[in-house]
Amino acid sequence: MGKRKLMLGNEAIARGLMENGCVMATSYPGTPASEILSSFVSLQKEGSDSRHAQWAVNEKVAFEIAYAGSMTGLRSAVSMKQVGLNVASDPLMSAAYLGVKGGFLVVSADDPGPHSSQTEQDSRLMAMMAKIPVLDPDSPMQAKEMVAMAFELSETFEIPVMLRPTTRVCHARQDILLGDIQPCERKVDFQKDPARWAATPKFRFHLHQELEKKLKALSFYQKTAPIRLNVETTAQKAVIVSGVAAAHTQEIMKDLNIWDVIPLYQVLQPYPLHAEFISHLIDTYDKILVIEETTGVIEMQLADRHSVKGKLTNSVPMVGELLPEIIQKIVCEFAGVYTEKIDLPSEPGIRATLCAGCPHRASFFAIKKAAPKGIYTSDIGCYTLGLNLGAVDTVLCMGAAVSQAAGFYHAYKNEKKRPDIVATIGDSTFFHAGVPALIDAVVQKVRFVLVILDNRTTAMTGNQPTPASGLGAGGESLDSVDIKTLVEGCGVKFCKEGDPYNPEEFIPLVKEAVKYSREHGPAVVISRHPCLIDRLWKDRSEQPYIQVEVDDTCDGCAFCINHFECPALIFNEADENVSIDPILCSGCGVCIHVCPKKSIKEIG
Amino acid sequence: MRQQIVISGVGGQGVIFVTRLLAEAAIIKGFSVFTSETHGMAQRGGTVLSHLKVGSFSSPLIRPFKADGLLALKSESLAQHGSYLKSDAWAVVNCSNHVTPKIDWSVFTVDADNLAMKIKNPKSVNLVLLGYTMAVISESFENKFFCSIDDVKTVLENQLADKKEMLGASIEAIETGYYHRNSKLV
Repeated sequence: MGKRKLMLGNEAIARGLMENGCVMATSYPGTPASEILSSFVSLQKEGSDSRHAQWAVNEKVAFEIAYAGSMTGLRSAVSMKQVGLNVASDPLMSAAYLGVKGGFLVVSADDPGPHSSQTEQDSRLMAMMAKIPVLDPDSPMQAKEMVAMAFELSETFEIPVMLRPTTRVCHARQDILLGDIQPCERKVDFQKDPARWAATPKFRFHLHQELEKKLKALSFYQKTAPIRLNVETTAQKAVIVSGVAAAHTQEIMKDLNIWDVIPLYQVLQPYPLHAEFISHLIDTYDKILVIEETTGVIEMQLADRHSVKGKLTNSVPMVGELLPEIIQKIVCEFAGVYTEKIDLPSEPGIRATLCAGCPHRASFFAIKKAAPKGIYTSDIGCYTLGLNLGAVDTVLCMGAAVSQAAGFYHAYKNEKKRPDIVATIGDSTFFHAGVPALIDAVVQKVRFVLVILDNRTTAMTGNQPTPASGLGAGGESLDSVDIKTLVEGCGVKFCKEGDPYNPEEFIPLVKEAVKYSREHGPAVVISRHPCLIDRLWKDRSEQPYIQVEVDDTCDGCAFCINHFECPALIFNEADENVSIDPILCSGCGVCIHVCPKKSIKEIG
Repeated sequence: MRQQIVISGVGGQGVIFVTRLLAEAAIIKGFSVFTSETHGMAQRGGTVLSHLKVGSFSSPLIRPFKADGLLALKSESLAQHGSYLKSDAWAVVNCSNHVTPKIDWSVFTVDADNLAMKIKNPKSVNLVLLGYTMAVISESFENKFFCSIDDVKTVLENQLADKKEMLGASIEAIETGYYHRNSKLV
């Protein structure tokens, strides 16, 4: 009998990888997938055998590294968030044709809601597009079980297999029975086969035919077939669920006392949907309700549409997370059961904000001073919250701050009055997708300023290392790439570094960059100050704590609140003045330079 | 045993830490447990909400009108997340003034910010509130809280075994909340 342990869904997936002999695990951090690789690394440290675990520069690179591992016969896995799969979609589509040797898992975590993403896209549709099978877990426990299932499936059919957890699986914790961690005993053995591994279009045609045969066989594979969750009845209606909607629906049907009345089926492998299951549903039931997140992937495979209710019939919402209260309403209507009104009133929460003392805030303040009427393109990371300061006008996807800045420049370049353009991008995002865009901007002589917000870490997702850190996923020492050298290597002629905590030097530096960019082309400022919540730097920080107070010359103009937006600055409505919250204040002292009345002063 | 508890606050207050502590305590008691957490961008000072379900459940989320209790690290939370509560539920709110509940919930308030400042551990508001909760709920109701302060201390001792200083500070914080109530009664 194993031990029961409280585990985050992502930890459970990592445990599944360890228990099933996964030797290579790669990833690029992104919510809700980030903890899969870090948990794998922690588990690996407990064990004795050596496996390869790494953060890669982006998801495409992560995918290709792990895939090569599989080509040598080793079990391997790559994990990412759903928009990361867009970046890795090029190797994904091709790997589906070439197939695998050692079991190969693509873990793509979706974020219905969305809670922490640009889109609500359904990775299962990407699996369908790539023509690979996808498994859809309902809980941390099932996610762990599905890792075993997926490796077996992958090796049986020599095909990449996707595991698609959602936020509610990744970030749920559950008590889980632990299995043994299998030692890695496989031999590395890359067998050359250029007709396959380097297939030309002619061979690709044959590989495509093979792939279709695999898919056909997969739709008859019994081990991943849908399961009936409750007992047999003679009902004419059935409910089909997958993913976390399965977990919600079970609980709801029990609470509503319709557990023994309406058959409930859980689909484990939404694509390809099992052929016999499709015929069984269509032949047996008059009405079929399909509940799944976020696109109707199962639903659209039920070819006879007369009896099917779901997203395509507007019975299930197309948009947003399927919260249990929404599912309850849908199931009640379908079952013909009364339910009380169960909507949560949408009370506005407190908006997210950059931490007190965050160096990004100081950078944004300087940018607004240097180019007050500029166009501010930005990117994916904590600094997206520069929105609150009016210093972020655009956020599209990783790396787009640089290319969109170029697009704005080209759009405005023939106008009499050209706006200044200042792009902001984080250090990790710059490495991920900013470099090719910067090379393009150099070649095209794009007149803009790029401020690289170098806080020495990938902050938003939990402080993973960047290529500049010189550290591996387990904290081991690696080589590093210097950002300034890289920028200069891209051909940028103006590249200067500064510390945003020194506004007296940093604001003039950004002004100088703006001036340069108006006449010459790209200017890069590397704004360098470590993230305050990164443990790595917390202990090493030599930054003095500057204790500040607001004196009685404060007239309550609220300039600091509106333009600096530090959570430690509190506006007192009654007294019409500002004070400092001593618990939140990090002692950065930047606000001293922000107050136009000089009312914020250092104490002592 | 089936209990559903909502824990809310803002990013950085330690909502996830308290949720995890209670989930580990549930395992010590031999119960099954589910939690659901907020990660990512919302953690940056925004509203953070955890669901804790102790006992036999299949879904990680609590539906409206199903929660037995609410731990609110911010006073706004009662208005914001009160809709999760059953009509006979309890709520413990961190604030300096008395809160009038919308319906018949039993609402208890404590100035946990102030208590945490007093023990010179301003970041321990979460544990002070938890300690206070365990005292008032077990005092006011029978079988309303699935674990005891000793279970929580055991979890802390397991988790912080090699961080003696942090363990001491955590125990102090949780006891400050717990005995704050008791000292008032005496």
